Amino acid sequence: MATAIDKQHDGADRQTIRRHGIATRITHWTWAIALFFLLLSGLQIFNAHPSLYIGEQSGFAFDNSVLSIRAVRGADGEVQGVTTAFGRRMDTTGFLGVSGPEDSRAYRAFPGWLTVPSYQDLATGRVVHFFFAWLFAATVLSWLVASLINGHLRRDILPTFSDISGLPRSFAEHLRFRFHHGRSYNGLQKISYAVVLLIFFPLMILTGLTMSPGMNAGAPWLTEIFGGRQTARTIHFVVMLLLVGFFAIHIFMVLAAGPINEIRSMVTGRYRIDQEATEGGPER
Amino acid sequence: MSRIIIDRRRFLTGAGIVASTIPLVGCDALDGMLSNGATVRETMAKANDLTYRVQRFLIGADSLAKEFSESEIRQGQRPNGSTDPTDATYVALRDGAFADYRLEIGGLVDRPLSLSLDELRNMPSRTQITRHDCVEGWSCIAKWTGVPLAAVLDEARVKPEARYVVFRCFDTMNLGLSGEAAYYESIDMLDARHPQTILAYGLNGGPLPIANGAPLRLRVERQLGYKMAKYLRSIELASDLAAYGQGKGGLWEDLGYDWYAGI
Repeated sequence: MATAIDKQHDGADRQTIRRHGIATRITHWTWAIALFFLLLSGLQIFNAHPSLYIGEQSGFAFDNSVLSIRAVRGADGEVQGVTTAFGRRMDTTGFLGVSGPEDSRAYRAFPGWLTVPSYQDLATGRVVHFFFAWLFAATVLSWLVASLINGHLRRDILPTFSDISGLPRSFAEHLRFRFHHGRSYNGLQKISYAVVLLIFFPLMILTGLTMSPGMNAGAPWLTEIFGGRQTARTIHFVVMLLLVGFFAIHIFMVLAAGPINEIRSMVTGRYRIDQEATEGGPER
Repeated sequence: MSRIIIDRRRFLTGAGIVASTIPLVGCDALDGMLSNGATVRETMAKANDLTYRVQRFLIGADSLAKEFSESEIRQGQRPNGSTDPTDATYVALRDGAFADYRLEIGGLVDRPLSLSLDELRNMPSRTQITRHDCVEGWSCIAKWTGVPLAAVLDEARVKPEARYVVFRCFDTMNLGLSGEAAYYESIDMLDARHPQTILAYGLNGGPLPIANGAPLRLRVERQLGYKMAKYLRSIELASDLAAYGQGKGGLWEDLGYDWYAGI
């Protein structure tokens, strides 16, 4: 918004601007908390039946499995953690299937340090998951409304034509760790945020609802668009992996671009910009 | 021109801060807050009441769960939970091919009933091919045949103050130190009168097998599998669930699962 009149000097000749509005900051941190618990309780729920399938149902007398994580006793009597993805078997002992110290092995898909609660407890996993699912969905809705009103969506998230045509350059600069610190996000940032906020988040909510037998009666089109309840469960899992991947890159980028300045811009809203960015007049 | 902002020391400091928070994930501090009866957990569990109300508001009272074609039955119905009750009364009934079986219907009704399997089979019947969704996450499509619960309730003439239908079962669950507890479940009147809510005596064209709940089990197609009590002993109409088990409306509910399992 009115960045030009809002500039302040912090230190010798460094200027800060108001970068993130209050709605952007509150929703950001609410999502951070909600997604943390959704991930750990989601892995708890997954552990109750650690297999993923394609279609409406789970194949017990036929094979439509795309992923399974099991503890299997080998010929030598030793129990191994075996992860099977698209028919390929991998030994994942120590992390998936079988985990924990040698003398007190836990035979579960995801290890205790990745689940809430740490022990096997589907009921509690569901209580935690659905509580934070409501919080998450309410935050997505609030963010959407606020971002339409305060212009965050149009100004910062939706990529413009020049953002897209400038992608190769933006990508190359990221690879060389060259970051512009201006008011606006760069093209790669805009596209990442647009994909996460406008595709992954709604997809997570919709595939979650598709697993609900109540919604199955109320909105039968849900299982139709996702190709069945079990496919929806698989998509829910895959988007979870993509969000974890986004999180890893997001944190790496915050560290690489200057963690103090980046975190401050998401806490107080103030962001220190490069001098060059201020010299050519207002950013927009 | 832009400057290269990253400097190694600052990067490592930041990385150190993030890395130091990782062990928190593995910390078991949350476990206590989430145990049954703990305030944090009970507060979070209220989200289930919200889910119940919103789904009741969004989903029409009589909107049907999806039904499938014969070709989509690709396997037998996967049995889960109890598969062979050892209750003495049940074993005697089973050994007599359930000829002496009677389903008792009582509680808040004007006309308590005691129905044999033949009497139940002679009532109106409904056959539906539906997807069974287990709380664990798996699904299985099968064909169920039974008498609509609404027909049985009409026969018994439910009193207006009844709000829940409670199902008592022959199977028990071993709760370790607390001993054995009989399976029971409950649903509200709206689900009880739903057209797809049936007392099933048939599965995939044959009689209901023991492993799947013979002689009679409940089907509540808009909720998860644990609501669909097997090995039905009796049905009671009630205005309140406090008198049953630990008062949460079902054996699994007493152990921490949500009463409303439409999600």
